[in-house]
Amino acid sequence: MADLNLNNVAKSYGEVNVLRGINLDIKSGEFIVFVGPSGCGKSTLLRMIAGLERITGGDFHIDGVRMNDIPPSQRGIAMVFQSYALYPHMTVRDNMAFALKIAGKSADEIKTATDRAGKMLQLTPYLDRLPKALSGGQRQRVAIGRAIVRDPKVYLFDEPLSNLDAALRVATRIEIAQLKESMPDRTMIYVTHDQTEAMTLADRIVVLAGGGIAQVGAPLELYERPINEFVAQFIGSPAMNLLPGKVVATGERTQVQLDGGGVCEVAIPTRAGDEGMVVNLGVRPEDMRITDGPALFEGKVDLTEALGEVTLLYFGTAGEGDPVTAKLPGIHTGLNRQTVRLTADPEAMHLFHDGQSLLYRDGPPTTPMRWTQATPDPVVLTDVIAPPPVR
Amino acid sequence: MELLLLAVGTIAVGVLGCMAWFWGSNYVLDAILPPRGPNAGDNIRRAGMIRPWLFLGPAILFLGVYLVYPVLNSIWLSLFNGSSTQFVGGDNYAWLAQDAKFRESMINNFFWLLIVPALATLFGLIAAQLTDRIRWGNFGKSLIFMPMAISFVGAGVIWKFIYEYREPGTEQIGLLNAIWQSLGGTAQTWLTLQPWNNFFLMIVLVWIQTGFAMVILSAALRGIPEETIEAAVLDGATPWQIFFKIKVPQILGTIAVVWTTITITVLKVFDIVFVMTNGQWGTQVLANLMYDWMFRGTPDYGRGSAIAIVLMILVLPIMIWNIRNVRKEMR
Repeated sequence: MADLNLNNVAKSYGEVNVLRGINLDIKSGEFIVFVGPSGCGKSTLLRMIAGLERITGGDFHIDGVRMNDIPPSQRGIAMVFQSYALYPHMTVRDNMAFALKIAGKSADEIKTATDRAGKMLQLTPYLDRLPKALSGGQRQRVAIGRAIVRDPKVYLFDEPLSNLDAALRVATRIEIAQLKESMPDRTMIYVTHDQTEAMTLADRIVVLAGGGIAQVGAPLELYERPINEFVAQFIGSPAMNLLPGKVVATGERTQVQLDGGGVCEVAIPTRAGDEGMVVNLGVRPEDMRITDGPALFEGKVDLTEALGEVTLLYFGTAGEGDPVTAKLPGIHTGLNRQTVRLTADPEAMHLFHDGQSLLYRDGPPTTPMRWTQATPDPVVLTDVIAPPPVR
Repeated sequence: MELLLLAVGTIAVGVLGCMAWFWGSNYVLDAILPPRGPNAGDNIRRAGMIRPWLFLGPAILFLGVYLVYPVLNSIWLSLFNGSSTQFVGGDNYAWLAQDAKFRESMINNFFWLLIVPALATLFGLIAAQLTDRIRWGNFGKSLIFMPMAISFVGAGVIWKFIYEYREPGTEQIGLLNAIWQSLGGTAQTWLTLQPWNNFFLMIVLVWIQTGFAMVILSAALRGIPEETIEAAVLDGATPWQIFFKIKVPQILGTIAVVWTTITITVLKVFDIVFVMTNGQWGTQVLANLMYDWMFRGTPDYGRGSAIAIVLMILVLPIMIWNIRNVRKEMR
C-alpha cells in the first residue's frame, strides 16, 4: 500500500524555477511513467520523490504522511539509477545486502533476501562476482535486485534502460514489466524519454513540459485524445502532422477549410459561432492513406523511407510550407518525386485552437485521478470570434 | 652579473641544443629513409621504428651517466676500504651489522616509515573530505598545500623555531614551549627529549606531505560516481558509513599510491634530520648516517657506499609496487 500525493509541488534553484504547480495523485500499485523532452524536470521530480532533491514548494505525501522532510531511507522507496550506481568494490551479493546490513538485519535474513532476489533476476551464478565482471544488462539487474531486497513500497526508476543496447533494452523492458506483474501492490514510477517504454510499461503516463504537467492519462488516452499540440506531437512517432485551417461549419461534426486547399469533416463537435475560428488540424502519419477522392493534403513526395513494415513519405522538407509525414503500411515503390493525395478518417483527426485541443473545451479530461494542468501562462486571444479556451 | 649571463647562456644553449638535436636527427633520418619514392611504405615503417629512439636517446644517455653508473659504482665502492685502495669484500656490510649507530638508524627509519605515511595519508584524507564540503574549502586546501612549496631545509628551520628553547621562566620564543609554559608546564628542550624527539621530527614531514596526500585524494574523492553515494543515502547509510564503506574502498588504489609515494620520501629523509638535530640524541636516520660517513671528517667511501646500497635495497620493492599501482590507477 502506497498512495502518493503531490500537492502543488515546486522546485527552484534560487531564482530559477525548474518545476511548479505539480499536482498528482498516484494510487497504490500503479505504474506511472514520467516522460518529456530533455530538461523538462522529469528526473528532478523523481529525485524529489526519492528525497535526493529538496522540495522547495508544496507538499508530498506517501500514505498520508508528509514526506518533505523525511530522509530518503525512511520514505519506503528504492531507486534504480541510469548508471546502475553499483558499489564497485562489493560483490553482487554485498551490493544487494548493503541496505539490509545498514538496517541491522540478521545474517540469515540477509542471505534469504539476497538469494531470493538473485533467483528472481537470474543472478544466482553471479552472486560472488564484482560488478565489473558483469555485462550491462546484468548490472542493471543487480541494481533492480538491490531495490527488491529492501522490499520498498515505491520503486523509482531513473531512465534505467538508457545505457543498454537496443536488443537488451527490449529484453530488460519486458523483465521490468514482469517484475511489476509479480508485485501488483507495489507502486512504480519510471522516468524515460523513450516513448516506447512509456507506452508499453505505463498504467498512466505523465507528460511533463516547461516545468509543469502537460497531461496525465493512460497511454492510449494520450495517443487518441492529446490535450494540446505539444502532447499530440510528443506522443507518437513520427510526430502528428498539423495542418492550418479555418472552421467553416459547426455542429456535431466540424468542417474545416484547410489553408492548403482541401475541405474536410472532423468528428469533433464545435459550437455555433465558432465559424471562422483559426485551427490546426492534427492527423497522425499512420492515419494517412492515399486516395483518388477529395484530399486532405496534396503534395510532391520529397523523400521516402522504406522500412518494409511501413513506408514513410516526407513532404515539404525543402522548406515550402509545413513539413508533412505519412506512414503507409507495407511497401510502396515509385512514389518518390510523385504528387500524392492523402486523406484520413474524420474519427482520426484532432482539432487544436491556440495550441489546445477542442476536445477539452468544457473542462479537464475525465480521468479517474485529480490533476490540474500546470501552464498558468495567460493565453493571448487574437481571434475575437473565438471563445476563451476553457481549461 | 657574470653569473646571470652564464645562467641565461646555459639555458639558451640547452634549449636550442635540444631543438637542434630533435630537428637535426629527424632530418637525417628522413634523408636516409625518405618517406617518398618507390620504397615510401617500407621507409616510413622503418623510420617509425627508429624515431622513438631519437627522442629517448638523450634521456637514456643522461640517466645512464648520472643514475645507473653511480649505482654500479656505489656497489663497487662498498666492497673497498675507506680510501678505495683495497678490496675488502663484505667487510663493510659485516661492520654495518654490528654498528650501534646503524642499528639506531634502521630502527628510527622503521618508525618514520610507520608513522609518517600513515599520519600524512590520514590527515590528507580527512582534509580532502572536509574541504570538499565547505564553501571556503579551496582556500583551506591552498593553506594545507602550502608547506609542499617549502623546501625540507626551510621546513626544518621553521620547526626548529617552533621547538626553540629558552631558560624556564623567561619569555619563550618557541611556539611549543610558549604554549606549554602557558599551560603550566616547564620549558623543554624538545629536540633532545628521547625518544619523543624522533616524533617531533616526523611531524615536520607529516606537515609537508599532508598537502600532497590531500590534493591527490581530493581528486580521487571527486572521481567517485555521485550515484553510488546517492544509492547509499537511499540505502540508509550515515555519513560515516558512506565515507568508510562507500568512498574509501573506491579510492583504495589511490590511497596505496599516496602511501607508498610518501613512504619512499620518508626512507630518503635527510634534510630535516640534518638541519634540526644532525642525527644526535638518538635521531639518526640512514641517509644522514651515509652522509656522515661519506663526507664528514675523514671520508670513508666504503662504509658510506654500503649504507647507500642498503637504503636503495629498502626503497626498491616499495618503488616497484608504487609504480605498478600508479599504472593500474591510470588504466
